[in-house]
Amino acid sequence: MATPLVQPGHQPPTSDAVSESSALPGLEPPAAEAAEKKMGLFRLLLRDKFATAAALVLVLVGLTAAFGPALMGDLATKQNLLFANKAPFTLANGWEYFLGSDSLGRSVLARLVVATRTTVAVALPAVAIALVIGSLWGVWAGYHRGLRETVSMRIADVIMSFPSLLLAVVVLYVFNPSIANIVLILAITRIPIYLRTARAESAELQSRTFVDAARTFGARPNAIIGRHVVPIVMPTLLTLATLEFCYVMLAESSLSFLGIGIQPPDVSWGLMVSQGRQYLQTAWWLSIFPGLAIVLTTIAANMLAAWLRIATDPAQRWRLALPRRRMIARIPAKTIEGDK
Amino acid sequence: MLIYLRKRILSSALPLVVVIVGVFALARLTGNPANLYLPLNATEQMRADFTARMGLDRPLLVQMADYFGGVFRLDFGESLRTGESAAAMALRAFPATLQLAATTMVLAIILAVIVGCWAALKPNGVADRVSSFVSMAAASIPDFWLAIVGIWIFAITLGWLPTSGVVGSEAWILPIATLLLRPFGVLVQIVRGAMVSALSEPYIKLARSKGAGDIRVVTHHALRNAAAPALTVAGDLTVGLVNGAVVVETIFGWPGIGKLMIDSILQRDFAVLQAAVLLTAVAIFVLNIIIDLGYALLDARVRPATVKA
Repeated sequence: MATPLVQPGHQPPTSDAVSESSALPGLEPPAAEAAEKKMGLFRLLLRDKFATAAALVLVLVGLTAAFGPALMGDLATKQNLLFANKAPFTLANGWEYFLGSDSLGRSVLARLVVATRTTVAVALPAVAIALVIGSLWGVWAGYHRGLRETVSMRIADVIMSFPSLLLAVVVLYVFNPSIANIVLILAITRIPIYLRTARAESAELQSRTFVDAARTFGARPNAIIGRHVVPIVMPTLLTLATLEFCYVMLAESSLSFLGIGIQPPDVSWGLMVSQGRQYLQTAWWLSIFPGLAIVLTTIAANMLAAWLRIATDPAQRWRLALPRRRMIARIPAKTIEGDK
Repeated sequence: MLIYLRKRILSSALPLVVVIVGVFALARLTGNPANLYLPLNATEQMRADFTARMGLDRPLLVQMADYFGGVFRLDFGESLRTGESAAAMALRAFPATLQLAATTMVLAIILAVIVGCWAALKPNGVADRVSSFVSMAAASIPDFWLAIVGIWIFAITLGWLPTSGVVGSEAWILPIATLLLRPFGVLVQIVRGAMVSALSEPYIKLARSKGAGDIRVVTHHALRNAAAPALTVAGDLTVGLVNGAVVVETIFGWPGIGKLMIDSILQRDFAVLQAAVLLTAVAIFVLNIIIDLGYALLDARVRPATVKA
């Protein structure tokens, strides 16, 4: 099953066909094939300049989070009152003050870099935990249906029917707002999203022929879920996770902004906006730059998610292989609302 | 219809109860208010007296039973800080939030319908671009940052609008504009998507062949059918609006329920927090029922399907 680069006009293989062939016993997709598929995805990514730019931004954020704090050393905490409240966009004060400095003369650039790590360190684990728990739970509930499904969906409804920020506010005030607690509460409030999506997909899949076949061959439920249902649901959920990354990042920023998220001396982008707020009149750059960092990252993640949605859908992937680029750039926006 | 309604009410009431119990339990865990309200050098005896007077020394279940009994008599207890009735405080803050949220939602729906219909009629036109830009912005821009940028540009640099407060109509502009972005961004994509599919239906072709113009086709034929999905999403958006209201009310000093909740958490004012949360939960519950009703009235196909589910 090579990467289907179907010519336009030819009816592309549906997810149905793909999933059924991969579900045949004894035909487990070998590692080499998976690698080939990844290469195909990578080549497709390079064809779409918007998605490439988005991926580059995210890679940059990732690299900054990983290596930035080490490069910056103690620059982020070093105070220098001689350079307090310097305006940005001038190299007169040295490169470290290119994005200005705060009232204690700390470099905004260095603080942004250090905050990147905190922001990513909250968002990534929160998304990962919610993704794993929510998807497995949802797939399980959708596969078994009946009472297990009903109870799971009710739980999801309960969590969803209450404003997540308030829930986080209450919980974080009870338990002190450490990074672990923030990750945990953000993960819990976002589990229902994956739970609902995974349940819907898995409930539909469990009545398909290939699942029936696996059942007839005597495969146990957990084996069917792990081997036949999860691989098919995964692309959808990963796309969702990319979108959720934005949401979780925004939620963490909101919490930090309200004073119940990341606590000083730690620093996250949301906290920087909050701390800069009182200096808005004299030093606008303190609030505006961290906010821009949030906006850039979320826009990039959103665009990548829109692209992923198409790239991982076998019925739509051929669109990305079309020769004309203008066409490609336009398609993601259209498919998004189609899904909603 | 009645069976449908009863079913919906029952399924929406469960979250309501869970939320109340959950908040009650969590609020108890925030720590003993005696530590906050008595001076640092208070004796053990004074602390115990305070705890006993507030009824905080009884078992949790007794406190809860007592509380629920009070709720049914519309008695939510008193604020620990001011001694005022918690229900009165919550009810006094509620209209401010309600006005803000309702104005925002109505504006968002009107704007989304206009821009969304326009975008659906002319794909890749101006409105289409506006709608995709706004929805991208809605998903990417944190509301507190938008509020701060708004204050920076319009209040500090240009001096056109006040930075906070509720006096005068100018004070409404920034909070509403901040709150508007997210619901508008989501709704406009939903309306556009629903309109695109509604406009490709055979009955639209028929209407057009009878000589109906663009405006008439949209308002008389397509919009009604496109409204249902938008209505469903509007419910979720309103829940999200409460999130936004907490942030916006904090930034703009808006004396609403969101600010009341944050304040009461910071001051460990259990009764006020519970009254505020309960009021919000009930408001969301009522809204969901109204939306379900509207949905059923709008689309006859929904009723049997929902009853089965």
